[in-house]
Amino acid sequence: MSIPKTLQEWLQSIPNVQMQKRSEQWLQLLCSAEQLPALTRHLMEEEEAEFATLLVEESADALSVHYLFYLPATGNLIELKVEAPAGTELPAISDTVHAADWHEREAWDLYGLRFSGHPFLGDFVLHDDDWPEGLDPMRRSFDGKHRPDLHGSGADWAPPRLLQEQGAMVFPVGPVWGDFNESGLWLLETPGEQIRYLHTRLFYKYRGVEKIAEGRTVDQGLLLAERFAGASAFAHAWAYCQALEQIAACQVPTRAQQLRIVFAELERIRHHAANIAEIAGSTALSVAKALAQGIVEDLLRLSARLCGHRYFFGVLTPGGLREDLDESKIKLLRQTLPELDQRMQQLEKQLEGSSSFLDRIEEMGTLDNELARIYGVVGPIARASGRSIDLRRHLPYGQYAFLSPDIPVEQEGDGYARLRIFFAESRISVKIILELLPFMAEGPVQSPCPIQEGHALSWVEAPSGATFHWLRCTGDGTITRLRLGTPGFRNWHAFERAIEGAAFQDFPIIMATWGLSIAENDR
Amino acid sequence: MSFWPYYGLQRGITTTAWPDGAEDSAGITPGRPRAGQTEHAEEIAAACPTRALKAVSQEGRDGVAVDFTHCIHCQRCRQGDNALPWSTDFSWGAPSASAQPALGSRFTRSLQVLYVDAGACGACVNEVRLIDAPPYNLHRLGIFVTATPRDADVLLVAGPITDAMRTAISKAYAAMPEPKRVMGMGTCAINGGVFGESFACAGGLEKIVPVDLWLPGCPPPPLAIIHGLLSLVGRVAPAALEEQP
Repeated sequence: MSIPKTLQEWLQSIPNVQMQKRSEQWLQLLCSAEQLPALTRHLMEEEEAEFATLLVEESADALSVHYLFYLPATGNLIELKVEAPAGTELPAISDTVHAADWHEREAWDLYGLRFSGHPFLGDFVLHDDDWPEGLDPMRRSFDGKHRPDLHGSGADWAPPRLLQEQGAMVFPVGPVWGDFNESGLWLLETPGEQIRYLHTRLFYKYRGVEKIAEGRTVDQGLLLAERFAGASAFAHAWAYCQALEQIAACQVPTRAQQLRIVFAELERIRHHAANIAEIAGSTALSVAKALAQGIVEDLLRLSARLCGHRYFFGVLTPGGLREDLDESKIKLLRQTLPELDQRMQQLEKQLEGSSSFLDRIEEMGTLDNELARIYGVVGPIARASGRSIDLRRHLPYGQYAFLSPDIPVEQEGDGYARLRIFFAESRISVKIILELLPFMAEGPVQSPCPIQEGHALSWVEAPSGATFHWLRCTGDGTITRLRLGTPGFRNWHAFERAIEGAAFQDFPIIMATWGLSIAENDR
Repeated sequence: MSFWPYYGLQRGITTTAWPDGAEDSAGITPGRPRAGQTEHAEEIAAACPTRALKAVSQEGRDGVAVDFTHCIHCQRCRQGDNALPWSTDFSWGAPSASAQPALGSRFTRSLQVLYVDAGACGACVNEVRLIDAPPYNLHRLGIFVTATPRDADVLLVAGPITDAMRTAISKAYAAMPEPKRVMGMGTCAINGGVFGESFACAGGLEKIVPVDLWLPGCPPPPLAIIHGLLSLVGRVAPAALEEQP
């Protein structure tokens, strides 16, 4: 996994870029703000890099901004690091890397870091009608323990309006809506039947996880990592533990590595089954919804029987797992999983035989391959739009390097393609688990992971896509920066584009076929 | 398409008999620690990351008391040498200090619930979605989910009460007709849980609207949610928020 020669040669031709090899895999480039656009353009256009995440760290008198990319072809990480002294602006890179658009808006809201050339900064994480102007909550000087005194009423905000035809209206959905839904606001602009524009306003669930993590111990940080996005708790806790293990140079025992894969894949199956239940429910196919929910419930019960918690809370610990699975539990897994897989496959066949159901999801909420690339969507959404990206394959972690799981890809990018991806991935996850079980290593499931000063970037392919965690901690185990680059944040960005042109009544169906977590986006 | 009723019938009845019959299937609940007498009370209490366990001494005997409003099922006290016994129950709904009397028999056949998400992580949302799935089937108990506060008898709120949801919660509460009850679901709704009180979270539903019933758990399993709703009507006995050895 060495850095590609062409890239190295090209970089040497640029003056004043400091190269530093952080590891065999990870190349850090210290560059100036002016060089940033050219460097990102080269990475994106010549090296076919994928944007991972953007993160800001505050030092005494400057903000250092890290732009993280990876090369799926070679498995390298490229980090562009730029120093932004107080009061300076950085050039926006979102004109070449559209996936960075929301990241730049987030950095402006939370750090007050301005990006020149960005067309729309403001009213994003912090809602303009509510949050006092000029307070940047992620800055060190801001006390995150208390709610600022100066607060808006939260009721003065007027929605944007683009459509000016006669009879055009803005139809609001949320933040309290439907029966059991997550909070968010969607403003549908319509002249009557067709949705012309959608404005998504999220962060009603912003809990400031990155801010409140600062100053807590790394142990408390694990509780936060597990509980900020419960539907993919194991994936995020795994990424968090990997960061600590990387800092401590801790080798996780093989058996723990294998069990982590078992749990992560179980979580993936459950996540996808829950999405399938929502898709069936959105088309009012209640029997199919009930059958899918039955599978979800049985998977939750299986998780609780294996490790004590239905959502894998409290299972991981830095250095391995808290508890081993004994023979009887492995046997339970081996007996239960094929039957659940059978039920999933049967449900898939039954759904495929329902033409009225397929009519509702085919060519619905389409994100074509080009848009998927531009927005840099991740996970099942990307794979349903013809992009074969999966960190388990392209940036392998743990034991995935030896497994190289199959990646299902569909080209259409519509609701049906996403449904097929959810089914295909669950099937592959079952296969991964069942093939892994006979080869379980003997031995402990935990090795010591001492707390050390340092920082690390770790990643996991969560059920909803690539997630990147950046953790910096002091020698006594206090977190000074925790960055959660989540798949929800990436995919919600592109969601608006899939709605435009759809009929009014298709909105909840499209939303269900995307199956995105708002908690994961809002953090 | 016309085959769907048949597919449903093929699967048979999977609904639990609870609350009329017993329910002890494995995995329906994460369980929670039980208070008890132990010689290692201090150590056990110190190992609890959310201070849900307290060392107490009664008549010269050491024990551990459990404050369920802080327990997040981190499982640390379930494992190791000084492990506490864990229950496998789910009857967790407990009245708050300012609880109004139970709604009574007029609501036995029709209780309308409005769910508001105020920063829940997704686990609570998933569990609440399952209460009207076949294994639990809320409707058989005469409890229904509504999308409008005008129809609602119960306001069910999950999450640590994020800043942006304050207005929505108070508006929803104000729009509900009397008599109305409020249920805070999950440790987050009680006191902010792992998120606590911060610039972004109120850390407790009671700071926004009066609460009648607390449902501890991280997340409370579907049957616990049903227990909470039934105890608001007075159809089951409520639990307590604390347990002494």
